[in-house]
Amino acid sequence: MSNLDSKKPVITQRRRFLSVMAQSVGLSALGGMVWTGYIEEAKSAPLILRPPGAKPEIDFLRMCIKCGQCAEACPFDTLLMAKPGDKKPMGTPYFIPRDVPCYMCTDIPCVPVCPTGALDEESVSSVVEGEKVLDINRSKMGLAVVDEESCIAYWGIQCDACHRACPLMDEAIVLEYKRNDRTGKHAFLIPKVISEACTGCGLCERACVTEKAAIFVLPIEIAQGKVGGYYIKGWDSKDEKRLEDVSTDVATQTKRSELAPQDYLNSDEVLFDD
Amino acid sequence: MTNFLKKYRFLMLRRLSQIGILVLYFSANAYGFKVLTGTLSSSLLFGVIPLSDPFAVMQMFAAGAILGADVLVGALIVLLFYASIGGRAFCSWVCPINMITDLANWLRRVLLLDKTEKKVWLGRSVRYKVIVLALILSAFTSVAAFEIVSPISMLHRGIVFGMGMGGAAVLSIFLFDLFAVKNGWCGHICPLGGFYSVASRLSIIRVKHNQPNCTLCMKCKDVCPEKHILSLIGKESGDVTSGECTNCGRCIEVCDDDALSFGIRNYINKNG
Repeated sequence: MSNLDSKKPVITQRRRFLSVMAQSVGLSALGGMVWTGYIEEAKSAPLILRPPGAKPEIDFLRMCIKCGQCAEACPFDTLLMAKPGDKKPMGTPYFIPRDVPCYMCTDIPCVPVCPTGALDEESVSSVVEGEKVLDINRSKMGLAVVDEESCIAYWGIQCDACHRACPLMDEAIVLEYKRNDRTGKHAFLIPKVISEACTGCGLCERACVTEKAAIFVLPIEIAQGKVGGYYIKGWDSKDEKRLEDVSTDVATQTKRSELAPQDYLNSDEVLFDD
Repeated sequence: MTNFLKKYRFLMLRRLSQIGILVLYFSANAYGFKVLTGTLSSSLLFGVIPLSDPFAVMQMFAAGAILGADVLVGALIVLLFYASIGGRAFCSWVCPINMITDLANWLRRVLLLDKTEKKVWLGRSVRYKVIVLALILSAFTSVAAFEIVSPISMLHRGIVFGMGMGGAAVLSIFLFDLFAVKNGWCGHICPLGGFYSVASRLSIIRVKHNQPNCTLCMKCKDVCPEKHILSLIGKESGDVTSGECTNCGRCIEVCDDDALSFGIRNYINKNG
C-alpha cells in the first residue's frame, strides 16, 4: 500500500509556486507576442502624411497622445484622426490631400495646441527681426512628385493647374519651357517641383485635372533617394572640397586586399579554382 | 417616483456625467463649443487647464518620448485628483465603455446567465499583468502599446471624430462581458482600470458600511462589479478601502437598510 502511495507525484509548495510562475510568464509572453505583432503591423503606414511641424515618424508615434486637438483646431477639416479600418496607426492625425489639402494657415492653429510636442512649433517657426514667428512655409509635410506619363503638360497640352494652385508658386513648383519637337512650333510648359521649397501641402494634388492626380504628395523619405558619399559633383567647387577630406587608407581589409593585386591574381587560389 | 429616483440616484448621476462629458467633447469638435476640447487621452478644460491620461503618459515615457510640459501638468492634475479624492471614479463616472459593460451586466442579471452558463476562468489580477506588459511592450515597440489598441479611446474618439470599424471592438467587449466573463473587461483585463486601482488606494471618498443595520440580503454584492471588495459586509463597520472600488454607488442605492453610504475615509481613528 505504501508502495503505491509513493508513486503518486507529490505536489509540494515549491512545485506549485514554480508551475504558477511558469504559467504566468508563459501566458504573458504569449499575449505579449500577439500584441507586439499587432502593434508592429499597425504602426507601419509608410505612406501617411502628418500635420505641419510633425516630428519624424518614429518620434511622432512615440509622442502623439492621440487627443485630436490638432484636428479640432484645423478650420478646413483637413486633419483626420485614424479610425479602426483606416489601416493607419490608430488615433493619429493625418490628411489626404486629394480630398482636403493643407491650406497653409499663417497662424498654424494645429501646431501650438499639441500638448506633447509631437507637433513641434520650433520646426515651423522662423526668426524675423530677432523675434520668433510662425512660418508655415517652413513645414515639411511631404514632397510633391510628378508622374510624367500621366501629366498632360508633358503631352504638350497646356495645363498649369498645379503651378497656379501652389502657395509657393515659382518657388516650390516652377514651369520649365521646352521646345515641342512633335509640332515644331509649340512649347512644353512642364511643372517641376523644387524639393527644398515644397511643403507637401497637397494643394497641387487637389488641383490636378487628371482623373487620378498626376502630381501627388509622398512622405519625403519615400519620395527621395539618397546619393551617399561616393559621388561628387566635380563641377561644383563646394562639393569638390569633399575630396580634400577623403583619406587614402583602405578601410576594409578582406582576403583580397591583404596582398598586392598581382600577388592575389597569381595565387593558387584564383588560378586553380575549378 | 421619488422612490425610483432614490433607488437609481447615483446611476442616473453617473449616466449624466458620462454622457455629459461625451457631449462636451463632441460639441467642441462639431460646433466649436470649446469647454472641453480634445479627447480623454488629453484635453483642455475652458481653454486653459490641461488634462491628460496619466497611464498614457507613463506608456509614452516607456516608449522613450520626451514630452511637452502641457501634457505632464495635465497628467499630474488628473492623477492627483483621482489619487487623493475621487478614487477609481474614472471607471464608473467618466469612461464611456462603462455604459457598454453595465448593459452587458444588466442583461446577465435579466437573462440569469450567471446561473446557467459555463464558467470561464479569468483572474482579477490579470489587469496588473497587462499594465506591466503594456509598459514593456511600449519600450520594445517605441509606441504607447495600450493606447494603440485601447477600446476606450476607440469608442471615445469614435464618438468625437467618427467611429470607423471601432464598433467591432466595442461589440467584442460587450459580447465578452455578456457571454465569457462577468465584468470581464472592466474588472479583469482593462489596464487603465488597474492603473487607477493602484493609483487611488489612498483616496478619501469611500463607501462606508454600517454593520448593525445590515440584514445580509446581499443585494449589494449582486450589483457590485468588483464584489470581492465588499468582504466587510455584515461582518464589521468601516470603509471599503480597496482601490478596486469604482465609487459607482450601486451598492448604496440597492441597500434597503441604510447600511451603506458615501463618506470621507477615516484616517485618524482606525477603530472609529
